[in-house]
Amino acid sequence: MKIIQAFKMAFKAIASNKMRSFLTMLGIIIGVLSFTVMVGIVQGSTQTLTDSMSNLDPNMITTRMMGRRTATLTMEEIEDLRGKGSVNLTAPLISTTLTAKAGVNTHSTTVEGTTDGYDQIRGLEIAEGRFLTESDVQNRTSVAIVGVTVADELFGQRDVIGETINIDGRKYQIVGIFAEKGSSMGVSQDDHIVIPFTLAQRTFRNTNISQFYANATTENDVAAAVETIEAFMLEKTGNEDHFNVQSQEATLETMNTMVSTMTLLTGFIASISLLVGGIGIMNIMLVSVSERTREIGIRKAIGAQRLDIMLQFIIEAVVLSLMGGLIGLGLSAVVRYVVIPNIPASLMGENGSLTMVISGSVLTMSLMFSVVIGVIFGTYPALKASKLLPIEALRYE
Amino acid sequence: MIELKQISKRYQMGGDIIHALDHVDLTVQDREFVAIIGPSGSGKSTLMNIVGCLDYADEGEYFLDGEDVSELSSRELARIRNKKIGFVFQQFNLLGKLTAYENVELPLIYQGISMSERRELTEQALERVGLKDRMKHKPKELSGGQQQRVAIARALSTRPTLILADEPTGNLDSKSGYDIMQMLHELHQQGNSIMLITHDEKVSMEAQRRLAIYDGKVFPVEADLPEEVLNA
Ligand SMILES: Nc1ncnc2c1ncn2[C@@H]1O[C@H](COP(=O)(O)OP(=O)(O)OP(=O)(O)O)[C@@H](O)[C@H]1O
Ligand SMILES: [Mg+2]
Repeated sequence: MKIIQAFKMAFKAIASNKMRSFLTMLGIIIGVLSFTVMVGIVQGSTQTLTDSMSNLDPNMITTRMMGRRTATLTMEEIEDLRGKGSVNLTAPLISTTLTAKAGVNTHSTTVEGTTDGYDQIRGLEIAEGRFLTESDVQNRTSVAIVGVTVADELFGQRDVIGETINIDGRKYQIVGIFAEKGSSMGVSQDDHIVIPFTLAQRTFRNTNISQFYANATTENDVAAAVETIEAFMLEKTGNEDHFNVQSQEATLETMNTMVSTMTLLTGFIASISLLVGGIGIMNIMLVSVSERTREIGIRKAIGAQRLDIMLQFIIEAVVLSLMGGLIGLGLSAVVRYVVIPNIPASLMGENGSLTMVISGSVLTMSLMFSVVIGVIFGTYPALKASKLLPIEALRYE
Repeated sequence: MIELKQISKRYQMGGDIIHALDHVDLTVQDREFVAIIGPSGSGKSTLMNIVGCLDYADEGEYFLDGEDVSELSSRELARIRNKKIGFVFQQFNLLGKLTAYENVELPLIYQGISMSERRELTEQALERVGLKDRMKHKPKELSGGQQQRVAIARALSTRPTLILADEPTGNLDSKSGYDIMQMLHELHQQGNSIMLITHDEKVSMEAQRRLAIYDGKVFPVEADLPEEVLNA
C-alpha cells in the first residue's frame, strides 16, 4: 500500500530533522497542555462545587427581607406558615458572632437563634443528644447545641453533653452536638452554636427577623411552596422588591449555568492557543517545503505523482501534530499528578484547594483537535509542494 | 522511439529572449545510443528536460513511443517518468537523508509494487552497479563515483527503456567516469535506448551516433559544423 509507504516517509522525515520537528510540535504541545489543564481545572472546581452542593437539600427555600424594612416578621407568623399549601417546615434565623466561654477557655463563634425544625430543613445531623424542641423555644430554656469545632476549642474533646457554656453572661447547658460536616467552599460548617430563638432575640437585643428557612412537602412541590411564601410575603410587605424567596434548586441551576459558561469560556481561550499552535505548524511546513524543493523535484523526476507529494506532506503534518498532542497530554498528566498535588498549601490560602480532572471527552477532543489542525494547516503547504513543476523544483538551490 | 518536431524553448531574460532550443528536429530510435555534444549554455539540459518530460516546449511536437506528450496530464507524465525513463544527472540528485538502498527503491515505491518485489529489483540494480555491499550507506558516506553508480541503479531499477544521462561523468575523475561509461554500454547492449549529454568530445565518441548542439540548434556531427562549434 502506498499509504503505508507515505507514513514511513513521514516518520523518516520527522526523525531526520529532530530540532525542526520539535519546534513544529511545540505550538501544539503548549496548546494541548493549556487546553487540558485549563478545562481540567475548571471541571475539577466544578466537581468540588457540585459535591459540596449535593449535601444541600434541593427543596430548601430561603426567604430574605431586602432593602428598607416596611414591615416586621414575627416568629409566630413564620410558624403559622407551616403546613400552608405545599410548605412543610419553617424556621426563622438570626445570628451574630459572640464569644463563648467554658472554664478558662474562650472561643469566638457564630451563635444562631432558631426554632425546632431548623435542623431538618438545613439537613443538620445530630451526632449525640438532641436538637431544639418547641418547648425550649416557648420557655426560653437555656440550652445549646454545638458544632464539633466549638467542642474542640472549649473542652478539647467531643463528649460534651451536659457541660455548661457561658455566652454573653448567660449559662447554657449543652444538650446536643452536631455531626462533623467539614468545610464547604472554604468555610467551616462545624463552627457554630444553636440556641432557642426567643433567647437569641434577648441576647442579641434584636427582634427583627431578616431571614427564614422553609422546605416543601416533597421535592416536586418546591415551586408551589415558593409561590405560597411569596404570596405571604407580598401581603406582608406590599412590595415584591422588599423580599426575595429562593429555592436551593434555583441556586443549583444558577450555579450550573455559571459553571458551564466558565467551561465554555476557558475552552474557547484554550482553543486560541491551539490555533496559534496550528499556525506554527503551517509556518514550519512552508519553510520545510521551500527547504525541500529540490527533494520534491527529485521525487517528481523519478515518478512521484502530485498526490504522492501531497500525502507525504499532509501525513507529516498530521503525525507531527498528533505527536505534539500526545506529548501535550503526557505533560498535562504530569501537571495533574505531580505538580498540582505538590503546590504548597500556603500558596492557595486557607481552605483553598486545586483539583484538576482529565476527562475522556477532553482527552479525545484535544487529540481530535491536533489531527484536524494537522490536516488544515498541513494542506496548504502540501498543495504548494505538489504543484511545483518538476524542472523548477530540480533547479532550486 | 523519440520524435521531436520543430521543438522550441525560449527564456525571457530582462529585455532579451534566449532561444534555449530553436526549432529542433530529432529522432532517436529504440535501442539507439546517441550522444549530444555542445558547449555550456548551448541548450543540452533544456533538450534533455523536454525529452524527459520534466519541462514543456513552447512550440513544436514531441512524440514518445507514438504518444503526443503535449496532450498528456501531469499524472500521465509522472507515470512516464516513472516507468519509461531513467534519469542520471550530473549532480547525482540522490536524496541525502535516504540510504543507497532507499534511494534506489524510491521509484519502485511510486510504482506501488509489493515490498518483496521491490527488494528483489532494488538488490538486483545495486548488484549491477557493484554496490550491494554499500546499500546501507547514505550518499555523503559514498565517493562521487559511487554516488553516480547509485543514481544509475535508481535509474535502471524500474527497467526503463530510455536512459537519459546529463553529463553523468562531468563531476567524476577519469577512472570513475570510465566505469560509468562501461555501465551505459552494458545497458545499451541489454536493449535500452540511451541519450548521453556531454560537452566532452572523447566521451561522445563512445556513442553510436553523435549530434552537436549550438545556440539551441541541433546538427549531425558529420555535417559541416559552424566554426564556433568545432572550436568550442
Ligand atoms: N530557467 C531558465 N531561465 C532563463 N534562462 C534559462 C533557464 N534555463 C536555461 N536557460 C538558458 O537557456 C540556455 C540553455 O541552457 P541549458 O541549461 O540547456 O545549457 P547547457 O547546454 O545544459 O549548459 P551546461 O553545459 O552549462 O549545463 C542558456 O543560455 C541558459 O542561460
Ligand atoms: Mg546542462
